Amino acid sequence: MASIVKVGRRRFLQVSGTAGAGLVIGFALPSPLLRAAQAAEEPFTPNAWLSIDPEGQVTIWVAKSEMGQGVLTSLPMIVADELEADWGRVKIQQALADPKYGSMSTGGSASIRRSFTPLREAGAAARMMLVAAAAKAWGVGLSTCRAESGAVVQLASGRRLSYGELAPKAARMEIPKQIQLKNPKEFKLIGKPMHRLDTPEKVNGRARFGMDVEFRGLHVAAVARCPVFGGKIKRFDAAKAKALPGVVKVVEVPTGVAVVAKDTWSAFQGRDALQVEWDEGPAARTDSAGLWAMLHEKAKGEGATARNEGDALAALKAAAKRVQAQYEAPFLAHATMEPMNATVRVEKGGCEIWAPTQAPQWAQGEVARLLGLAPEKVVFHTTLLGGGFGRRAMPDFVVEAAEVARAAGVPVKVAWSREDDMRHDFYRPMSLHLMEGGLDGRGKLTACTHRLVAPSISDQMNPGSVKGVDQAAVDGAANILYAIPNLRVEYVMARTPVPLGWWRSVYASQNAFATECFIDELASAAGRDPVEFRLELLGASSPMHPVVALAAERSGWGKPLPAGRARGVACCECFGTRVAHVAEVSVVKGQAKVHKVTCAVDCGQVVNPDTVRAQVESAVVYGLSALLTGEITIEKGRVKQGNFDDYPVLRMREMPEVEVHMLLGDWESAKLGGMGEPGLPPLAPAVANALFAITGRRIRRLPLKGSGA
Amino acid sequence: MEPIHLTVNGKTRAVEVAPDTPLLWVLRDTLGLKGTKFGCGIAECGACTVLLDGEAIRSCITSVKEAVGHRITTIEGLSAAGGHPLQKAWVSEEVPQCGYCQSGQLMAGAALLAKKPKPTDADIDEAMSGILCRCGTYQRIRRAIHAAAGEVARGQHR
Repeated sequence: MASIVKVGRRRFLQVSGTAGAGLVIGFALPSPLLRAAQAAEEPFTPNAWLSIDPEGQVTIWVAKSEMGQGVLTSLPMIVADELEADWGRVKIQQALADPKYGSMSTGGSASIRRSFTPLREAGAAARMMLVAAAAKAWGVGLSTCRAESGAVVQLASGRRLSYGELAPKAARMEIPKQIQLKNPKEFKLIGKPMHRLDTPEKVNGRARFGMDVEFRGLHVAAVARCPVFGGKIKRFDAAKAKALPGVVKVVEVPTGVAVVAKDTWSAFQGRDALQVEWDEGPAARTDSAGLWAMLHEKAKGEGATARNEGDALAALKAAAKRVQAQYEAPFLAHATMEPMNATVRVEKGGCEIWAPTQAPQWAQGEVARLLGLAPEKVVFHTTLLGGGFGRRAMPDFVVEAAEVARAAGVPVKVAWSREDDMRHDFYRPMSLHLMEGGLDGRGKLTACTHRLVAPSISDQMNPGSVKGVDQAAVDGAANILYAIPNLRVEYVMARTPVPLGWWRSVYASQNAFATECFIDELASAAGRDPVEFRLELLGASSPMHPVVALAAERSGWGKPLPAGRARGVACCECFGTRVAHVAEVSVVKGQAKVHKVTCAVDCGQVVNPDTVRAQVESAVVYGLSALLTGEITIEKGRVKQGNFDDYPVLRMREMPEVEVHMLLGDWESAKLGGMGEPGLPPLAPAVANALFAITGRRIRRLPLKGSGA
Repeated sequence: MEPIHLTVNGKTRAVEVAPDTPLLWVLRDTLGLKGTKFGCGIAECGACTVLLDGEAIRSCITSVKEAVGHRITTIEGLSAAGGHPLQKAWVSEEVPQCGYCQSGQLMAGAALLAKKPKPTDADIDEAMSGILCRCGTYQRIRRAIHAAAGEVARGQHR
């Protein structure tokens, strides 16, 4: 086992390269055995998160996956700040999958929120041990010493010991039982715009993604999978594939037929040369039209109650004016820029994996079960991810690579083509939303109902696990912040053989589209300005009130625009963060053109402010792609779209100006909110509402390209 | 197989591959230049963009034989140590997020600046719309190109 790890790792380190400024980012870290052999003295390693060697080099391990959101910089900032490390002496390492880090899953916009306190404590505990070691060395009281930028100083005497000098001594100090965190006023890194540490490698071609993994003896495989979900191999003929010069072998695995080749192109060509006959199974009868009909049928029945305030049905009956609307949102693919891939090396008694995954421990556990190994015998390296957006939380592509590597008997990287990636995704569920609202004689919203019909991701993964309401499915619907006296939100589960997954912001993307477009319809029916209507409905004490007000003010809401342009507003709270967008839109030759999006964000507090801004810009673009053109359709049980020609995404020429404004609380009272996802849900309704202001027509079905907008 | 001679980043390299092999896979798998990325295989996403005699091309649909006799430049050859004005601007404007598309973005941007040292927004739209970014870094790319253009125009590079 040790030998596999060594060979694979060394080859890998060679290509992973380094970046300047004393900061090194690598995926592979030396095993404890190797470390001990290399270091003359034991480094000070008080916990799983950091170590300091006698030369003063600080290593910080990052246990979350870097998929663009900046965790390789922001998480170490938290540790280093509490540690009082010299940022220039910090080296970042991607952690191997290990239970000692707790959950390593990257998702739910939770990396900063859930890591903040544990990482502060890890840094602070180490700092306390270093201070204690210095005080002991000098024979002085603890209170006379303080840690400062990589050293402990005694104020009165001016004596100073560097962290490197103190490391061996600190290693012998007791781990503090009570951890003294810094006063946030003394933060030196947290809250400051720090340059991302992974940028230099990402501009010189040295950044290594899963697709770039290479070492001696590594083969590349492409898998022919049944195009129909749930289909199986009936028979196949590999003669033509095997005749190709680069093809090494062809093996059958549970997901299909794998062509193992010397290089990627040969694997793709070999796969194309296979003749496979599939047993398509029952899903072959599934198509989008049938699924929509099924959702509409389901919508006729009452759903499980997700929220019930007052008596919405009675209040609707009593309303002076009633408004009804139905909204539809399609299946969506994730389409990360880097297609799925994973590299696996199986040997007797062990296995080593390199994969761009959001959930290394899950994949590790699945592979361990498959190979009959203890999880710790599966050495798991998380590489850089070329986008995640929820797709890479699923372990399927890693498990499949382990199947191929085992069957082939050689180390294998399974590389997916774009078509593989788009047709074997776990899709954002399609959804249907039945909305009804009632206004009183003065135009005040007295009642609202929302019946959401959608397949459940949770129930598909664990059939029978969802009884009544899927709580995840009603995010952005049941938890709306408007003070509506009579509010009823229902969930109706629909089932589909189409694989479902978490797509950036999960169900909040569909729910906010329906809810926020409908609130706009109600504002129109009441003859009210959409911003004023929302502010009144939220109430002055709502945490969303200042967010909507800020977006409106910064966008110039109410001020004149060039002819043909209009603004639309929408807001949503999800993953602990409140976001409001104002979109400025025009219609050019029948096409929607988004000129500007003004975003207001309340995520409580921030660790790296520019990263927060970047996440909002990113969510706007991702949401805009979905709004304008994003749609996966099913025909005969298979996904019709296959590449960026028939699943187009936003391009430079369509890019609006995005302006991000943050509302920050003080550290004492602010609760940290997530940032990867909350910028997305309000985008589609803000644009749709702006389009209504221009055309007078409501957008009730996504994407725009199919709705004739 | 007859060796095929290529000029990559100023060096002559002999490769033994079928002449219709896409240049992308020769760069990545045969020559180990992993900076050029695979995204779609049909010239829709631009992640595989390299320069052929200074022109931005999609290496996923360019066969290796078409590249013979031309100067091929990949991200690894854009500058000696990340010193191209675009690379510096990419760092100062904090452009990359996941980073997967950025080699293609930089190569397309470099081809643009070589032709138009002071590009307009319309020039940028024209030159850069072929390179997809799912993280949505377009606004920063635009800013970084303008920033780098200022530097090129001031003659700090070349």
